[in-house]
Amino acid sequence: MEKQTPGGRPYKVIGTRPIRHDGEDKVTGRAQSGADISFRDQLYGKVLRSPHPHARIVSIDASKALAMPGVEAVITGAELPQPHDRMFLSGEGGVENFRYVNDRVLASGKALFEGHPIAAVAAKDIWTAEEAVKAIEVTYEVLPAVTDVLKAMQPDAPLLHEEITTETLGEKKKESTNVCRHTQHKRGDVDQGFSAADVVIEREFTTSTVHQGYIEPHNATALYRSDGQITIWTSTQAPFWVRRDVAELLELPLSTIKVVPLEIGGGFGGKIAVYLEPLAVLLSKKTGKPVKLVMNRQEVFLATGPASSTATRIKIGVKKDGTITAAAAHLVYEAGAFPSNWAVMGSMCVLAPYKMETLLIDAFDVLTNTPKVMAYRAPSSPQAIFGVESVLDEIALELGMDPLELRMKNAVEEGDRRADGPKFPRIGLKETIQAAMDSEHYKSPAPSGPNQSRAVAVGFWFNAGLQSSATVGINMDGTASVVTGSVDIGGSRASMAMMAAEALGLKAEEVRPSVADTDAIGHTDVTGGSRTTFATGMAVYEACQDVLGQLKKRVATLWELPEEEIEFDGSAFQHADNGKDPMTVKELGAKLTATGGPVMGHSSVAPTGVGASFGVHIADVEVDPETGKVTVLRYTVVQDVGQAIHPSYVEGQMQGGAVQGIGWALNEEYVRNDEGKMMNPSFLDYRVPTMLDVPSIETILVEVPNPGHPYGVRGVGETPIVPPLGTLHNAIARAVGVRMRSLPMSPPKLSAALQAKGLEAIAAPTP
Amino acid sequence: MSTKRVVTATINGTDSTLIVDDRMSLLDALRDAAGLTGTKEGCLTGDCGACSVIMNGRLVDSCLVMAPEAEGAIIETVEGLAQGNDLHPLQKRFLEHAALQCGVCTPGFLVAAKDLLDRNPEPTDDEVRYWLAGNLCRCTGYDKILRAVHDAAADLRSSSR
Amino acid sequence: MKPLEYHAPGALDDAVRLSAEAGASPLAGGTDLIVQHRMGRVEVAHMVDLKKIPELNVLEFDKKSGLRLGAAVPCAALAECEPIGRLYPSLLEGAELIGSTQIQSRASVGGNLCNGSPAADTICALIVLDAVCVIQGANGSREVAAKDFMTGPGETALNKGELLVEIRVPPPAPLSGNGYLRFIPRNEMDIAVVCVAAHLVFDKDRETCLDAKIAVGAAAPTPLLVEQAGRALIGSKLDEPALKAAAQAASKAVRPIDDARGTAEYRRHMAGVLTRRAVGMAVNRFKESG
Repeated sequence: MEKQTPGGRPYKVIGTRPIRHDGEDKVTGRAQSGADISFRDQLYGKVLRSPHPHARIVSIDASKALAMPGVEAVITGAELPQPHDRMFLSGEGGVENFRYVNDRVLASGKALFEGHPIAAVAAKDIWTAEEAVKAIEVTYEVLPAVTDVLKAMQPDAPLLHEEITTETLGEKKKESTNVCRHTQHKRGDVDQGFSAADVVIEREFTTSTVHQGYIEPHNATALYRSDGQITIWTSTQAPFWVRRDVAELLELPLSTIKVVPLEIGGGFGGKIAVYLEPLAVLLSKKTGKPVKLVMNRQEVFLATGPASSTATRIKIGVKKDGTITAAAAHLVYEAGAFPSNWAVMGSMCVLAPYKMETLLIDAFDVLTNTPKVMAYRAPSSPQAIFGVESVLDEIALELGMDPLELRMKNAVEEGDRRADGPKFPRIGLKETIQAAMDSEHYKSPAPSGPNQSRAVAVGFWFNAGLQSSATVGINMDGTASVVTGSVDIGGSRASMAMMAAEALGLKAEEVRPSVADTDAIGHTDVTGGSRTTFATGMAVYEACQDVLGQLKKRVATLWELPEEEIEFDGSAFQHADNGKDPMTVKELGAKLTATGGPVMGHSSVAPTGVGASFGVHIADVEVDPETGKVTVLRYTVVQDVGQAIHPSYVEGQMQGGAVQGIGWALNEEYVRNDEGKMMNPSFLDYRVPTMLDVPSIETILVEVPNPGHPYGVRGVGETPIVPPLGTLHNAIARAVGVRMRSLPMSPPKLSAALQAKGLEAIAAPTP
Repeated sequence: MSTKRVVTATINGTDSTLIVDDRMSLLDALRDAAGLTGTKEGCLTGDCGACSVIMNGRLVDSCLVMAPEAEGAIIETVEGLAQGNDLHPLQKRFLEHAALQCGVCTPGFLVAAKDLLDRNPEPTDDEVRYWLAGNLCRCTGYDKILRAVHDAAADLRSSSR
Repeated sequence: MKPLEYHAPGALDDAVRLSAEAGASPLAGGTDLIVQHRMGRVEVAHMVDLKKIPELNVLEFDKKSGLRLGAAVPCAALAECEPIGRLYPSLLEGAELIGSTQIQSRASVGGNLCNGSPAADTICALIVLDAVCVIQGANGSREVAAKDFMTGPGETALNKGELLVEIRVPPPAPLSGNGYLRFIPRNEMDIAVVCVAAHLVFDKDRETCLDAKIAVGAAAPTPLLVEQAGRALIGSKLDEPALKAAAQAASKAVRPIDDARGTAEYRRHMAGVLTRRAVGMAVNRFKESG
């Protein structure tokens, strides 16, 4: 495998493990996240939220709240410009309509989910703001709510939006419905494909709503100055999108808004949309003071984007030798209270890992009285691929075939097409499956105690490109600074510095990376979609090339030689045959002033050479048949990571993603009562894995460089959340003979399934 | 009327006088009155451990301590771990092992791990996992944290020898 | 949040007087009260901190009279008091299961009882160990058996203005063992879906069960002392038929509900499963004690 720079030299910095540049501040408590900043004269905001999942807002009377001492402003949906249709590209979520962003930020007319913002208050302290919110009198006409996706599709289901009809292949139907979009992908004649198969298995699956579960709650502080200039301090994955959204919602030019991204305490896709930022701006506009809003954990669960619950049906046909002849997928995704594109995303992922002559995918985005679904790490892929991986596991058992061999037989490679059209460039699924087969874990004997077993599953994520900007400045001592617009959510500053150091022939420590606000760097899209190291890294690389071009001119001046004859070999500028000592970037620093002044490189990119990432996970589990509790005994993540820039943080992405997937598979879920209200909006009862619930996740990095990136980078962050759902499902099935096909596989559910199968009679420990 | 009072406590070895409202938690007092924002808020219900501090020799969630309870108390926060520019072995090892990604849970983990190592210089895997189970991390999957704690424990043992 | 006043009386009488006032709530570890107050589930105008009162900080053991546990002693202190782990392992297990390390530094057994949750982690052990709750009011003190302390979800035998001062646990019988366990979906941080404590007394043959008490929590409006389960074990050598009968009695006695933490059906099933396992723990404890 090629492991070298575009110039054919071995890497010096890439692949090493330096201390991250921003690390010290994060271990000493000096790093400032959004909730950590405050202003002497700031006010505290609080949001009044609907207690009902679905209700008409008959009236809002804030007079008592406004009369309270210390209350300075109250805003309602009426303060926002009237919603109208304006389409925009929301990155991972596809095309969306601002009309619904308005409505989501502050309800107009109807409350569409429990926690929907109805009004917001600014007061002298948080306690007064809380009391003021309670003093706002809202009259609701409670409407029947629907939170289950399949029920929401029924013709008699309560309708969320009268104006919405189903859009199928670009055509709109006439009648109002909660099914906001129907997507279809077809290849060949799927019926013929199934009739050519020797084994056909079709199964139905469900998954529950889950939350990203970042530890830092949402926050925003805004100052609206009397001259109309606005500054927003917030913990966001996408400062430029916050600026865009606030500008659109308030109908302001982008140039009036500066967004300052503070350190962010996790996001996983959940901190892309605006929630508090427009409210802080409006409250500041009314009061002339900075206004700070911070959500509590209950608000985070009730009112910020979770991932879709789903109901899917997967049918796969194979020949006796394991070759897939046909596959059909029927996907229904929870959209939440506003139109979404999550089923569209699921349809692009569901069959992506495998070759097949014929396929049919139907995907439905369905409105429900739940918070609008937002991106969550490889959004929509885990739910879709879960069913496929389970059916393939059954097929492997039926054929008596090794489950990895079955996958290898059908794995996509360069030149194969995804169901939705795009052709794969160089990808590493086969290499990844092979690495899993060759792993010590897979080769070791499977656990053979009672109710123990081993299983595998595959995962996929396309990875995003989008747009990024970077500047690279050479300091007067030859060290460098790198500035990007990509919020650093998990160590990306270190990767940027490393790529710059590699390009400039410096040490990682000689490059100082930072993240700029929206005034200080060119437009940069979201930190998400596993795009940052890829796309922003490419901008950094290109900015370094710009720097090297300028430096070459300086060397030419110094050496009094033609520029074309000078080369940079990765460490220093050289001239082939005139006997000059090579000159490093470090040495050039001191000579910049004398040769024409400072040097700074710029780049803005919208790269297209995105490389998809595939992973294979291996799990050993044990089931307690009496309690239905699952213990993960051993777990290995194998993934094609392109070229790992900083392997420790790549491993960290793989481990963290796998643990989120394990939580999704086993215990995480939104539990709702008959009225559609969430019963577990806390970290006590929404059970993310603790340190005691997971083993040390083992990692195997497979490096198949992405030809679309100078350093072979492919996104790595998202794929690892995909396989755990199928992996654990299959392992449990192989351990106790029960296929749950419904997530989470929590103890009550698994226990009930085992009892239904009559396994509860398994001998109890006797004293 | 709201009740305000003066609380005197020793925070990271320094005598501190804070004006607090009786509604404030120790977390609020540390962040808003003492300006020590290294201690983070994650849930306000004692379920995530991001606000962990050591109070009178016991590890607590500062969100579940009322500010006036801190009167006369000895409190250690993440800001007190390093001695000047000399990082605590836990801080060094967390950085070396990449045991943090977003870093918001890190102060709580560091303080909780320090309390563990103060009591148990050579904990087993299980002992580390039990002691730190009240600290949620959503980024790392915990493995690198576990390794960092073990290595820091070894550093502390060899330096005290 | 409305204004609040914090009080930290040093004398029991003052605490009793302050606690009787409107809007007053006693504060021990605060791990329940502070959350409930913050979430708006209770309104508190006066928080009366009990941790400065000597009577509520007692932690002592005497071979004849047994354990005295002040109502404000944090759970973490129990592990540091040697005889508790040896003689009352079920109580220590319960105390060590309440939340995280951080929570155990603050939460007290007394507070765990006063919170009145049927899923409280220490109450089942106290029931099977025949503990007594000592209560102080304006008109003097009284005692209530642990099994009668909780009267409904969030409700206890305490009247307004009364405080739980200490818990007294008699010394366990010489040939005995006790144990507690709960079921939670994770391995820490959860509230019990079901929990069971068992206390067994053995004959001189070290096999025949002379007395047995089984208490089940989180499966009815209050924790239950399931006498039928105990009776199923008494006189037996804890063989399979006796264990099965005890487990069935426990499953039959509970009156569980469906909630976010589990279904009624699952809780009924688990009451039986955990009864067997708790008995097994108690037997092992007895055997280990030599």
